[in-house]
Amino acid sequence: MTERKLANSQLGSLEYDPAPESAAVARLAPSYGLFIDGAFTDPSAHVQFASINPANEETVATVAQASAADVDRAVASARRAYESVWSKTTGAERAKYLFRIARIIQERARELAVVETLDNGKPIRESRDVDIPLAAAHFFYYAGWADKLDHAGFGASPRSLGVAGQIIPWNFPLLMAAWKLAPALAAGNTCVLKPAETTSLSALILAEILQQAELPDGVVNIVTGDGSTGAALVEHPDVDKIAFTGSTEVGRLIQRSVGSSAKHLTLELGGKGANIVFDDAPIDEMIEGVIDGIFFNQGHVCCAGSRLLVQETVADEVLRRLVRRVEQLRVGDPMDKNTDVGAINSAAQLARIEELSAYGEREGATRYTSSCVLPEKGYWFAPTIFADVAQSHRIARDEIFGPVLSVLTFRTPDEAVAKANNTNYGLACGVWSEKGSRALWVAQRLRAGVIWANTYNRFDPTSPFGGMRESGFGREGGRHGLEAYLDV
Amino acid sequence: MSERLDVRKTYKLLINGAFPRSESGRSYEVTSFAGEFLANVAQGSRKDLRDAVVAARAAQAKWWGATAYNRGQVVYRLAEMAESRRDELAEHVELCEGVKTREAQAIVSRSIDRIVWYAGWTDKIAQVFGGSNPVAGPFFNFSVPVPSGVVAVIADQDSSLQGFVDTVLAPICVGNTVVAIPSERRPTPAVLLGEMTATSDFPGGVLNIVTGLSDELAPTLAAHEDVDGIDLGGLTPATASELAAVASGSIKRVLRDRPDPAASLRRLRAFVETSTVWHTIGQ
Repeated sequence: MTERKLANSQLGSLEYDPAPESAAVARLAPSYGLFIDGAFTDPSAHVQFASINPANEETVATVAQASAADVDRAVASARRAYESVWSKTTGAERAKYLFRIARIIQERARELAVVETLDNGKPIRESRDVDIPLAAAHFFYYAGWADKLDHAGFGASPRSLGVAGQIIPWNFPLLMAAWKLAPALAAGNTCVLKPAETTSLSALILAEILQQAELPDGVVNIVTGDGSTGAALVEHPDVDKIAFTGSTEVGRLIQRSVGSSAKHLTLELGGKGANIVFDDAPIDEMIEGVIDGIFFNQGHVCCAGSRLLVQETVADEVLRRLVRRVEQLRVGDPMDKNTDVGAINSAAQLARIEELSAYGEREGATRYTSSCVLPEKGYWFAPTIFADVAQSHRIARDEIFGPVLSVLTFRTPDEAVAKANNTNYGLACGVWSEKGSRALWVAQRLRAGVIWANTYNRFDPTSPFGGMRESGFGREGGRHGLEAYLDV
Repeated sequence: MSERLDVRKTYKLLINGAFPRSESGRSYEVTSFAGEFLANVAQGSRKDLRDAVVAARAAQAKWWGATAYNRGQVVYRLAEMAESRRDELAEHVELCEGVKTREAQAIVSRSIDRIVWYAGWTDKIAQVFGGSNPVAGPFFNFSVPVPSGVVAVIADQDSSLQGFVDTVLAPICVGNTVVAIPSERRPTPAVLLGEMTATSDFPGGVLNIVTGLSDELAPTLAAHEDVDGIDLGGLTPATASELAAVASGSIKRVLRDRPDPAASLRRLRAFVETSTVWHTIGQ
């Protein structure tokens, strides 16, 4: 035991050298306009706002605030492109445009990864290995569907909807743009995309890529701005379809607004994912999976495994291992290739995480927070685990959307299922057990759109993703993802 | 100064990613549609075919073991290579098929678009042909399409490029490896396409091409015990019937349709097996 302690302390004293990625790779312009009708244009009110690097609070570039008039121009451009070009373009030709886009994303992958990390605060390792390759893969996958819609299971010659208004969140900026645009374009729609206010830049690089791919003008329009821009898009009478990814709170407002019109709607909203650990789970893989399930992307993941349900017999051991593992996470400069946990995306999000964590302590949970040293500038939150959490606690009910894990316990499979389903959300869950039949038994009873067994946070363009209950409706990815953009 | 003497090309076989001459040392003369000398093309032997089947068998597990996404990218890369050598392909299609320049170019365009179409299929086959089965009991039951294995292709005799693309890429994109005998009289566009696979990240052995006399070669493949399926679409109905009977010796999957891009997914399904997994569900 003494020897092991010694070894641990020696390992703990080993330091990594910094391995910083270069910000110059981003090649960003100082300011960006709105991408309408194939060209970057000034917003009508000439208002620009700063896109901030959350790791150091410096301005990365300024982007345009689109007004309702700008949104109207973008929708008109999408409508024109739909009527005159895109609805007459064959599936095989649409496919080739999408393949081109996929290829250029691959070619400009490093640049995009750096832009994403500068603008979002996520570790460069994640933008490089997850966000950008998956974005390219989504375009590649849906490219293949564009000329195969007859075989997608919706009958012969399924029709597109028209103009799609798409509003995406800040947690996976380019990847969410790909999730929205690729199936919409494959199915034959034209798009107006509204990136999140704090993370517009990778979408604007994507606009350059669409130009390089020579996608016909107006097929994709990108309008940057705050919530008012999104509202103008949702309320626009000439939009046929709204696809929204974001909070349940905003999703409700959008559904109410759209409800009185003929617009089609899909919503991918929040979650409070349960990660269920049985006593026969493979412990090393499980610990890594649970850690990845909540601390991946600073916990800014709608499907994060933010509620850990551990079988009582192994709860002490699991908690001890988790706390030790959290201490080892490297928190800091997102541009360092060895960083595990980066910056919180915005001051507002940091305030929300701090507020909910304070509730955790006040309501009686036991808090373990990493002793890591946080940088002085920027928005940071040390990875945190709460034990002794009850189902009634706010940290067990509200989506925190940050690096905070709540640990609860259970005794029987029935109790695990009951506790996992005791939420208004229904996006994703995890099950850890060496017994396949039990994992499937639990999966069958969970009210969640995605269930991972002995793994967590897996994403693939072929696999449908989306929620039940207040996590929204509609699926993105796979054959099922086409349905959101077809009149079927 | 006299005019530069051009460097002429030898049209060789493609076996296991390499370009050998026939082990038999033979070649045969291929003429253009107009009857002019075009090339001396390797005249493959039964031994060449056996080598090709060994290569295809060895490559199959690796090809099927790659992700569907990766296979799609490799096939798409072939389209990129073909696009950059499209003039050369068109020249050969024009010479071999005797069509006008513009038509030859259109054939090449359609062929490349067809490769792109197949590239998109690799990761969709399972979703269109597979699925879960609601069995009456506590079981999770699902079926996935898996490749037959090694597929022999006797390619279309007239459509030197487009027909070849359809007959070889349909089995390849679902995970099979292929030994193909191109059109006997019009083999050069297929040989060119084979060369392009060598610069498209195709693992050696996924596509093997043995040129030669189809009367001599086709029966060897039909009778080969380590071939799982055979596409006889390039033969006359009488010969195809005869070889289909031979193929029954090792219960091969047999396809006898000529390539027809409009014919739904018949060609894609021809060399696919269904594998079903039952898994218990319980506490």
